[in-house]
Amino acid sequence: MTWAARLVGALLLGFVRLLTGAQARWHGCPPKAEQRIYFANHQSHADLVLIWAALPTELRAITRPIAAKDYWTASRLKRWITTKVFNAVYVERERKGDEDPLAPLIEALEKGDSLILFPEGTRGHAEDPQPFKSGLYNLARRFPEVVLVPAWIHNVQRVMPKGEVVPVPVLCSVTFGAPLVLGPDEDRPAFLARAREAVMALREV
Amino acid sequence: MAGFLRHLSPSEQVSLLFVLVFGLLALASAAHLLITLRDGDTDEALSRRRQDERLLLRHSWAMAIVFWCAWVWGAGMAVVLFGLVSFFVLREFISASPTRRADHRSLVLAFFVVLPAQFALVWTRQADLFTPVYVFIALPVVSALRDDPQRFLERNAKLQWGIMVCVYGLSHVPALWLLDFRGWTGQNEFLVFFLVAVVQTCMLVQHLASRGEVPSAAPAISRSFHWRGWALGLLAGAFVGALLSGLTPFKPLPAVAMALVACAAGSLGHLMMKAIKRDRGITHWGLEGRSVTGAGGLLDRVDALCFAAPVFFHSVRWNFG
Repeated sequence: MTWAARLVGALLLGFVRLLTGAQARWHGCPPKAEQRIYFANHQSHADLVLIWAALPTELRAITRPIAAKDYWTASRLKRWITTKVFNAVYVERERKGDEDPLAPLIEALEKGDSLILFPEGTRGHAEDPQPFKSGLYNLARRFPEVVLVPAWIHNVQRVMPKGEVVPVPVLCSVTFGAPLVLGPDEDRPAFLARAREAVMALREV
Repeated sequence: MAGFLRHLSPSEQVSLLFVLVFGLLALASAAHLLITLRDGDTDEALSRRRQDERLLLRHSWAMAIVFWCAWVWGAGMAVVLFGLVSFFVLREFISASPTRRADHRSLVLAFFVVLPAQFALVWTRQADLFTPVYVFIALPVVSALRDDPQRFLERNAKLQWGIMVCVYGLSHVPALWLLDFRGWTGQNEFLVFFLVAVVQTCMLVQHLASRGEVPSAAPAISRSFHWRGWALGLLAGAFVGALLSGLTPFKPLPAVAMALVACAAGSLGHLMMKAIKRDRGITHWGLEGRSVTGAGGLLDRVDALCFAAPVFFHSVRWNFG
């Protein structure tokens, strides 16, 4: 990491904490340096920043958020922040040609990184998260040793609703739940429904 | 050496103290850097210890710089400090009050325009009409322009209430620093100390006195509020006020009256804030009871002060200004 990225990272962290508190609540598992996939509800682009800020420093360095390529590479600043500060993995939201959209994620997991994933694919507006896309299932099948941790991000949509530029200070928290294990013969829809339930269950704790 | 120190003016003595503190910190940091270079990075436990030391040094630097700023700025630092508290408290209040998307710009204005403007006005000694009059009119207009009539009055009332308590009310604490009294040469810091000591004593005694079997005066809102405990709290506040009257421009009897006014406003304001919390179904502010540390919110601690400060400020100014 360059010194500029370090500095911007520290400033951004202070800024996010000042606005939201960015409190992490480890409800079902402790913060631990093992290879993990955190999967969470998605209501705002700021979700990525918040969950990054909520992780403890040691885990932040080894955990890479997934960023939508079209949004986060739209300007040079966004691209610089996502690559240098967040160390993000880009994914295409729309499938182009016959390239596997999961390829960059698989590559990151093979290198031993942890990931932050938003399985809804796009931001939702409703109270409940949208149905999960199958990427989470495919990764769980392919990497059975990686621990799957559900997370609920609370309140972020109030900080910066879609279409607004200036954030408003509102307290936010990220609740991490008990890890999920994919059953040996559990099928795709059942697992995805179970994963979504696990995320939603954290809303109330 | 002692003679040399006695020869200096108080402000020179304080400067010397800061030179010493910063000099020691600089020495410690340099020593730490050299030790880290000598260690290399072989031992796990050792590098962890070095990291702890580095954190400790960094915190010491930060604290020393804060104290230095406070000394250099004087009352300006008080304005900044209470401005920050106001920001955090308003953040807690807004977090617990649901808003709609159409309120976003009013909220931006409240946090980033109204709050700094109110404290800037306090700094320039003209804190009176801005929030209760102009903000009261301007913010709902911004909301209305977003074209969302649903629960319009309710949403705006919440925001106004939050600004009045968390920004306007609290801004009167640093405003005390900047009051001028004819013929009084004491320090205004003591006036702030007087207010805080009196109100907090009252709240503490009221809290302790509530541990009886006496029925509450408003059981649906607070199980511990009854008039006897309240009166005991007021008496305790008045007693402390009389004791501290030497620090203020008041004679003992007016000091008791001032203390009573501040305590009554503070303790009843605290009861009002409890009613809001009951309505929201939360026991304390901050993350809607989702806190991991078990600590309550900042607003729970300062709400009495938010109500006591403006009342105290105005009674002081009318009677002595």
